[in-house]
Amino acid sequence: MPQIFHRSTNTFSRVSIFGAVFIAASLLGVAGLIVRSPYLTNVGVPISQPVPFSHQHHVRDDGIDCRYCHTSVETSSFAGIPSTQICMNCHSQIWTNAPLLQPVRDSWATGKPLEWNRVNDLPDFVYFNHSAHVTKGIGCVSCHGRIDQMQLTAKAESLQMEWCVNCHMKPEDFVRPKEFVFSMDWQPTESQATLGPRLVQVYQIQSKISCSTCHR
Amino acid sequence: MTTQLDRPPVIAPGYNYRSVAEKISAIVLGGVPRHWYFGFAVSFLGFMLFLFAVSVLLVQGVGVWGVDIPVAWGFAIVNFVWWVGIGHAGTLISAILLLLRQTWRTSINRFAEAMTLFAVACAATYPVLHLGRPYFAYWLAPYPNTMGLWPQFRSPLVWDFFAITTYGTISLLFWYIGLIPDMATLRDRAKRKLAQVIFGFLSMGWRGSAKHWRRYEQTYYLMAAIATPLVVSVHTVVSFDFAVAIVPGWHSTIFPPYFVAGAIFSGFAMVLTLAIPLRFFYGLKDFITMRHLQNMALVMLVAGMIVGYGYMMEAFTAWYSGNLYEMYVQSNRALGPYAPFYWLMLTCNVLIPQLIWFRPIRNSTIALWVISLIVNVGMWLERFVIVVTSLHRDFVPSAWGYYAPTVWDIATFVGTIGLFFMLLFLFIRFLPVISIFEMRELLTRPDVKEQRA
Amino acid sequence: MRKDEFNPELHNRLVTAESTQHSALSTQHSYWRSLDELADTPEFREWLHREFPRGAAVWEESQSVSRRQFLKLMGASMMLAGLSACNFGPPNEKIVPYVRQPEDLVLGKPLYYTSAFSLSGYATGLLVESHTGRPIKVEGNPDHPSSLGATDAFAQASVLSLYDPDRSQTVVHNQSRSDWDSFVREFRAALDPIRGRQGAGLRILAETVNSPTLAEQLQTVLTQMPSAKWHQYEPINRDNVRAGATLAFGQDVETVYHLDKADVILALDADFLSCGGGTLRYAREFATRRDPQNMNRLYAAEPTLTLTGAKADHRFMVRASEIESFARTVARVLSVDVGGVQNFALTKRMNGLIRDLQAHRGSSLVMAGDYQPPVVHALAHAMNDALGNVGSTLEYREPIHASAVDQMQSLRDLVADIDANKVELLIILGGNPAYSAPADLGFADRLSKVANRVHLSLYSDETSAVCNWHVNAAHYLEAWSDARGHDGTTTILQPLIAPLYGGKSAHELLALITSAAEQSAHDIVRAFWQKKNGPSSGSTTLSTGFDAFWRKALNDGVIANSSARPKSVTLNRDVFKQAQTQTPVSNPPSLEIVFRPDPTLYDGQFANNAWLQELPKPLTKITWDNVALIAPALAQRMNLDNNDVVELKYQNRTVRAPVWLMPGQADNTVVVQLGYGRTRAGKVGDERGYNAYLIRNSNAPWFDVGVEMRKVGDDYALATTQRHQTIEGRNVMRAGTLKEFRANQNFVREMDEHHGGEIIYPEYKYDGYKWGMAINMSACVGCNACVVACQAENNIPVVGKSEVLRDRKMHWLRVDAYYKGTPDEPEAHFQPVPCMHCETAPCEVVCPVAATTHSSEGLNEMTYNRCIGTRYCSNNCPYKVRRFNFFQYTDYETPVLKLLNNPDVTVRSRGVMEKCTYCVQRINRARITAEREGRRIREGEVVTACQAACPTEAIIFGDLNDANSRVVKLKASPLNYAMLAELNTRPRTTYLAELRNLNPEIKDE
Repeated sequence: MPQIFHRSTNTFSRVSIFGAVFIAASLLGVAGLIVRSPYLTNVGVPISQPVPFSHQHHVRDDGIDCRYCHTSVETSSFAGIPSTQICMNCHSQIWTNAPLLQPVRDSWATGKPLEWNRVNDLPDFVYFNHSAHVTKGIGCVSCHGRIDQMQLTAKAESLQMEWCVNCHMKPEDFVRPKEFVFSMDWQPTESQATLGPRLVQVYQIQSKISCSTCHR
Repeated sequence: MTTQLDRPPVIAPGYNYRSVAEKISAIVLGGVPRHWYFGFAVSFLGFMLFLFAVSVLLVQGVGVWGVDIPVAWGFAIVNFVWWVGIGHAGTLISAILLLLRQTWRTSINRFAEAMTLFAVACAATYPVLHLGRPYFAYWLAPYPNTMGLWPQFRSPLVWDFFAITTYGTISLLFWYIGLIPDMATLRDRAKRKLAQVIFGFLSMGWRGSAKHWRRYEQTYYLMAAIATPLVVSVHTVVSFDFAVAIVPGWHSTIFPPYFVAGAIFSGFAMVLTLAIPLRFFYGLKDFITMRHLQNMALVMLVAGMIVGYGYMMEAFTAWYSGNLYEMYVQSNRALGPYAPFYWLMLTCNVLIPQLIWFRPIRNSTIALWVISLIVNVGMWLERFVIVVTSLHRDFVPSAWGYYAPTVWDIATFVGTIGLFFMLLFLFIRFLPVISIFEMRELLTRPDVKEQRA
Repeated sequence: MRKDEFNPELHNRLVTAESTQHSALSTQHSYWRSLDELADTPEFREWLHREFPRGAAVWEESQSVSRRQFLKLMGASMMLAGLSACNFGPPNEKIVPYVRQPEDLVLGKPLYYTSAFSLSGYATGLLVESHTGRPIKVEGNPDHPSSLGATDAFAQASVLSLYDPDRSQTVVHNQSRSDWDSFVREFRAALDPIRGRQGAGLRILAETVNSPTLAEQLQTVLTQMPSAKWHQYEPINRDNVRAGATLAFGQDVETVYHLDKADVILALDADFLSCGGGTLRYAREFATRRDPQNMNRLYAAEPTLTLTGAKADHRFMVRASEIESFARTVARVLSVDVGGVQNFALTKRMNGLIRDLQAHRGSSLVMAGDYQPPVVHALAHAMNDALGNVGSTLEYREPIHASAVDQMQSLRDLVADIDANKVELLIILGGNPAYSAPADLGFADRLSKVANRVHLSLYSDETSAVCNWHVNAAHYLEAWSDARGHDGTTTILQPLIAPLYGGKSAHELLALITSAAEQSAHDIVRAFWQKKNGPSSGSTTLSTGFDAFWRKALNDGVIANSSARPKSVTLNRDVFKQAQTQTPVSNPPSLEIVFRPDPTLYDGQFANNAWLQELPKPLTKITWDNVALIAPALAQRMNLDNNDVVELKYQNRTVRAPVWLMPGQADNTVVVQLGYGRTRAGKVGDERGYNAYLIRNSNAPWFDVGVEMRKVGDDYALATTQRHQTIEGRNVMRAGTLKEFRANQNFVREMDEHHGGEIIYPEYKYDGYKWGMAINMSACVGCNACVVACQAENNIPVVGKSEVLRDRKMHWLRVDAYYKGTPDEPEAHFQPVPCMHCETAPCEVVCPVAATTHSSEGLNEMTYNRCIGTRYCSNNCPYKVRRFNFFQYTDYETPVLKLLNNPDVTVRSRGVMEKCTYCVQRINRARITAEREGRRIREGEVVTACQAACPTEAIIFGDLNDANSRVVKLKASPLNYAMLAELNTRPRTTYLAELRNLNPEIKDE
């Protein structure tokens, strides 16, 4: 009776049997990486906007404070997206007929709001409160990155739960003096290891990791 | 051993290596009998019903089932426990009886194991399907996720998840390893190229060398040793789903042994239910002899009495505890709206099996078959009684309610039965239902020889 | 709470902004919305068919309403498309900022505006919570005397009516779509000739008018056109009260009670705890006197069990028609000259009652119910006079309703005039007379005789159907108006939102008659008050003159010293000499029919409000239907049982109704509830229950003997949320008597089963806040306000009758009603059951994915987005307070209903568990505010929705770590106990056992 299989089959089978374990493991690992990669989290991917608004220009070059446009960041859950009015406060004076700003002027004229595309989007079962973080010494940069270096605005962090929890568990690693919350380039003058715990004391920050802190 | 002598043999006289191999492999390699097509067609329809019922469930939501508050678990869990229980006989027969050197296990272990696999497959669908959001079932598995969360290891459902997956894996491996030498036999006997390639692939280059046999024996016994504790552990863990909860009628320490006994009870019942027609239709009376049937019947009788003891103890402890809620659940089971199920359960599981005491019954395949069916029904009822009657009237009277299955509950249940038998028919058609080499081995064993002389 | 003045111009902008605004504010949950979109695309449907032909077929064949289609697609989309909770890829949301942002609006923060909710001519002051222009929740206005901060179920549910998609959205002319302008044109055309005839042929049919502005407008119409007539009719009115006062004093008065001053109260079929003017305040006053230190005693005589009867210490089961005899008998002993009457059997129990009243001269109170005939009211007045209660436990005030009339008579006159063809133009302001008028008047049929019929109403209802003009009305939260509370205190109603469906108010309609130019309700109301308060100082500063008054009125929600002036009256003592007005006890007593407003639909105006439809009736716990209540004894005689259908024949008119056995109901009495059997209520309310108006008679609107009841033989499924109303000897609901309590302070605690109290997990130290709740069952009157408040606050869906029948109700908070004792003398108890937030919660340990966990402040949290729906937690919850979304119950399809959702609470999807959260969103809001201001949360800063609504302050929530908090004090009471404490679940929600103050003289009987 002739052989059904070639000799090499033995090797193949042995390799595949033992290999299977490692292949499966590595596949899982890769999946884990993909899920956290910008490909899915959009970190660093600029989103196109009706008006190519440059935070770099307004924040770094013009030195406008965050709160001039994001008015309710210290008082409300919602930081506030500037109304057309706020844009026009300046742009009725300067760049009054820059073509780029046409949509803004139209909005002002017609009363039809501008429609910006969301950059930082949390699932809607997550309740984030800007005022709670800002008033407790968490800097804008901690979540939004060096917005002052962004031509077009992009997401700076994955905003995945493990990322949030990471800070909620150890706020001392991220807290900064309140006066520097809105500063883009603040660097701790002493080591965060000593500063952090002290500020946590002063600001009475409890690390709130109960589910209802964010999910209601 | 006179007792041995006056009992029917484990294999009928007049067989040699060749005839055994021929007879068994013929089922696979020979022509397909008409009754197979019929049986397969019927079970396939059942499977289609299953798919339909599941589609409806997934599209419309778990609300299509009869579950409600307070009875948030219904048919799904009842069927789950029932199927898992049925699975047990296979492992018990193949592993424990193997280690105990029971000759009579040989001709039934193969399809008993197959039955185990298929039963577990049916069981496994329910815990997923009964979820409100089945598409997140994978959250039960511990893996490094972007939520930075682990499963909640205090929950019996998580233990269950591990128990069932382990059980499934081990059973599959054990079954497959047992198949390897026979695969080789089939490979060598097969005429068509395709069959040769497939069986050749599955037999993993088995040549039957002494070395192979030694390795084989080591592995097989090792697997048996690993599988043995599972027989006890799996249903123990399943029983935790109930015992760990505080629901009166569930919260009881007797549950693990009581569940394991019940599992073996229903398992052997199912093996009988399958073996009797099988030996009839495929003329395997010589291999699956009255000896096998009677032994299984006796195991059934014993298990049944343990279960009966379980019922007694439930009632007793409820009374002895003096706990208002426990006592009410017991009386509610016996006298409440679901009382018929309770009494029917007692009849099926405790009364009817007593018939096995009588030799004429033991000698009648029909009788044994009917009893096995009744026991299957009875064990299903037991799970129904446990799940529903405990939940529908627990602590606070204002929250009491009722449970009634919907057409989709029933369709899903019938569907899994269809799935089960479809797999079984495919198994009979394409794999040796009886272990060829072990039957051959049997011929050489002194005790068997002596019997056949 | 902040209260702001409403700025109409601002809010119109808010509303227009709203449609585009919510994505930025996540008022809706885009994760679900994206599914919504996915599921709605034709590609998806097509693909569903391809992938899933059978499933798709099922979905199309399914009989269920369109809402259901989405849930199937929902499941399909999630399952087949394999979506998951984390939304990958670039966000599909837009952020749409304002063009000009209103100054006083901070996005993400609610604003509160004052307003008032009126029912049958009595207003309750409100604070309405508004999120970016969407009113989503009402609270009571603590400064309003009729509210004191509480609300009733009707007011709570009124926000749902505001957004009801079934509300009429256009003007309708002869059943075809029209518009306001063409209406105005034709209306004026029809009016002109009439004006020429001094208004002859013009009739205005209004409901009870408690708006001073509207009253004045109506007067203006009459002065302009003397021959015009103003009729009033409302199915549930105070005709009897008015007539009773007139009988006793020769003039109408408004009686205001002070139950807090009353030691002994006799309620003659007076259900002051569940409806009528001032009920919220009366409930509060009553509850303050249920505390063991200084406990009052309530006697109730009534034909069927009411909330008042359920709370009564002693209850006399008296047929409605015998209440008068009962009253006369009591009155006589109290030395009121009641002339020669055949006596009601003076039992020992009655003697006890009478001696109790006599023993409390000046601190007792006799109340007569609106359903009782005038003479009973007069008798009550006489008894209070004899007991010297006037001035202490009750006082008389000027009537608050403008030119109150006998409404039934007024309607009869109108009908007569119609028959005499004297009516040419009939304007029906609100109400639904075609449905709610007594059958014997045949109002609906006669209407067609009138040439021009105009109906102003929220819904295009039964009356609109027989009118040739229907004008869609503005909801009270959409329009300017004013209204008076039970003591006359006036509130100015300000709109929270521009009319969603362009509705008009009665003011604007009447203005068409009184003035040549159209006027806005705002101008009309403002002008009225300006005239009343003298001209504005004209100065622009808000501190002086009318503007100041106006601002203050809007800010406070009440107009200072606007309550009705006290009135001194003299009792006419001869009225009782005349013989008994009512039929004496017939022997054998013939069957008696009693009409009552439905506990949740009232007179039928709330028929299309799904919250109220699904709200369990306080005593029967039935939802979505009305029934005919009969006594168990009668049921036995007639071999009837719950759900059996009977035919009721009264005055040759018949209806068919399912019966329900009601303990404590007088024998030979059948009680029917008004408000059901609507035919043009809307999708929710149509064809539910039976219409009791069909057998209502204008001569005996409330009760009469001589009804025939016959068993039909059919069986009708009634969806009740509590199938079992006895306690089965369990101590989950504990009660006792004041005597017991005095004898042994700890008798409640001694009911506890022994339990060790050890736990295997290490004890957690709560060093921050430690939330807890105490529920005082002596105070709870079972009014259900908390249930609806919870539903409104927490976006709780409605499931429909079929699902309730399958035990799938969704209310997070249920009020259990238990009965003890005999059917004749039942002892009823109410027990609100929210989540217990157990310290050692059984639900937490069994959840495989940690979707329900314990917070650092002791809350038992439910994380919807982590829940996979094993329902194990519900099985293991001994209190069964968990609720499961078996289907996609929340309506994602109707856009307008999205506006109703509370943005601070996640909208739940299919397949997840949910339950009471102690209003964690309110806790978080308070905590964040406190943290921002660097302080602790203050006592009373966090008020749960149920607590806020409760009229009797039966529910108290607070921080157990704060020794001075009310909740800690309550829990210290010896009456405090934990439900099922023997399970060692250590509930954070505990109960104060109910005490009854029995009269020893009676109890020993």
